[in-house]
Amino acid sequence: MEIWYQLVSLLPFEWAEPDSMFFMKHALLAVLVISPLFGILSTMVVHSRMSFFSDALGHSAFTGMAIGAICGYQEPTWAAVIFAVIFALLFNVVRRRSALASDTVIGVFSSTAVALGIFLSTMGGRSFTKFNNLLIGDILSVEPSKIGLLAIILLAVLMLWAYSFNDLMLSAVHPALADSRGIKVFWQETCFSIAIAVVVTISMTWVGLLVINSLLVLPAAASRNVARSMFQYHLLSLVGAVVAGIAGLMTSYYIGASAGAAITLYLAVWFLLTFCVGKRG
Amino acid sequence: MRKIKHGALAGGCGDSCCLKLDGLNVRIQGEEILEDVSFHLHCGEIAALIGPNGAGKSTLFRSILGQISYSGTISFTQVGGPAIRLADGTTIGGTRPLIGYVPQSPSFDRGDPVTVLDFFTAATAKWPVWLPIPKKYRDQCRRSLERVHGEDLLDKPMGGLSGGQLQRVLLALALEPVPHILILDEPLSGVDIEGEHQLLDMLDEIRTKYDLSILLSTHDFATLTTFADKVILLNKKVLKAGAPEEVVASPEFYETFHLKMGRKGEN
Repeated sequence: MEIWYQLVSLLPFEWAEPDSMFFMKHALLAVLVISPLFGILSTMVVHSRMSFFSDALGHSAFTGMAIGAICGYQEPTWAAVIFAVIFALLFNVVRRRSALASDTVIGVFSSTAVALGIFLSTMGGRSFTKFNNLLIGDILSVEPSKIGLLAIILLAVLMLWAYSFNDLMLSAVHPALADSRGIKVFWQETCFSIAIAVVVTISMTWVGLLVINSLLVLPAAASRNVARSMFQYHLLSLVGAVVAGIAGLMTSYYIGASAGAAITLYLAVWFLLTFCVGKRG
Repeated sequence: MRKIKHGALAGGCGDSCCLKLDGLNVRIQGEEILEDVSFHLHCGEIAALIGPNGAGKSTLFRSILGQISYSGTISFTQVGGPAIRLADGTTIGGTRPLIGYVPQSPSFDRGDPVTVLDFFTAATAKWPVWLPIPKKYRDQCRRSLERVHGEDLLDKPMGGLSGGQLQRVLLALALEPVPHILILDEPLSGVDIEGEHQLLDMLDEIRTKYDLSILLSTHDFATLTTFADKVILLNKKVLKAGAPEEVVASPEFYETFHLKMGRKGEN
């Protein structure tokens, strides 16, 4: 962390002065880890039309938090991660076995998860307000150890991407074709779902449940407006996410609004820009 | 269009490699989709699978590809080699056949940021396609596309290809590596007349060059006699199999497609 503090002190901002405003420096580092994470995952969420699914995962993560809190864990996040992973696995199995359209299955799962979460967290007349911070999120509350955890996750996602992005893409384009080339489509989808589940759940505390899905959709959606190849698609998604992340954090610092919301708004502007100059379908 | 016809081989398979389907039955959720399907397909042969929608054509393909469970046997014999059961890969000293598969029109949006090169590299190489693709893979892809005379398509977006171009790219992919058996699911649908002739000529070229077996499904009966060695009329069961002229003139063909017997009937 010392290296980071020294690096930041080179920046010409009042909060960047040495030995002060540590929360802001932590937040900046966290944004620099979280935004590429979402920028990368976003490409596949949009490509395989899973934006509704990732939204539902966010909801299930909230339910997991509620369950964790009831069980009296100090760190309900881990309970939430486990719950979200189970949710993702169950969903994949049901979608494969059911004759229903995928969005219907998601609807069923999502509403069940939310209902369960609200039911559990308000059981016995308890107040819901302590969960409010999950809905909005607070990036300024991030601790160095959590940034380390996020960095490990970023590394894991990069490895997943390096190792199995090709197979994942082919599975999304045409499952039968992928299968004929020896790709285990089910496991590819499952791995990816788990990655989203973990990332969404872990970062929910800082980004906020209400806007987290926009971070999984907007970077790639904006990039898609202009990108012509997979490389451009990833590059623009990544750059968009990181730039919006930093700009959003700055804005929220000087104006005093939620960082997650500010980042999302910057991404929305980015989307609008690319839409205007983009290719026409 | 055609130079050699291998129809004469339809009888014995001693001197040629052979895909054998023997008493194939497929049930999905209690419903019988395929019933006692048996036929042989030899190397260098093009067989066309015809039948109404829901006749089980795609199911038959999926059985051969090993994507669904079935009863009966599907086996493959190489020239002078032992037979290999595809279901459990029982290899009595041989290797399982490679099967190239050209699926029915995969969906690409016009705006999909996937070039032909991206798609091809993703399917054939380990290099992650979200990084800039090195020249080595570019050259590999170009060579594969040359087989289908599609090297100019390399940097085109997948979503912007015409029906015929998309089929050619998928065909090039199915030929990488060159398989023993090539399966094409309705390759002619969504392809214009020029593209259709191009594609059929190409298939003829490929099977002569690589001596592989080609099995394709089609609804286009007009071209059947010009390219197929063998036609299999399927509707849950094999209703008729044989030379194209024979099958197209058969009462089973007329009955299946609700055609009037016309002049044939007056005989």
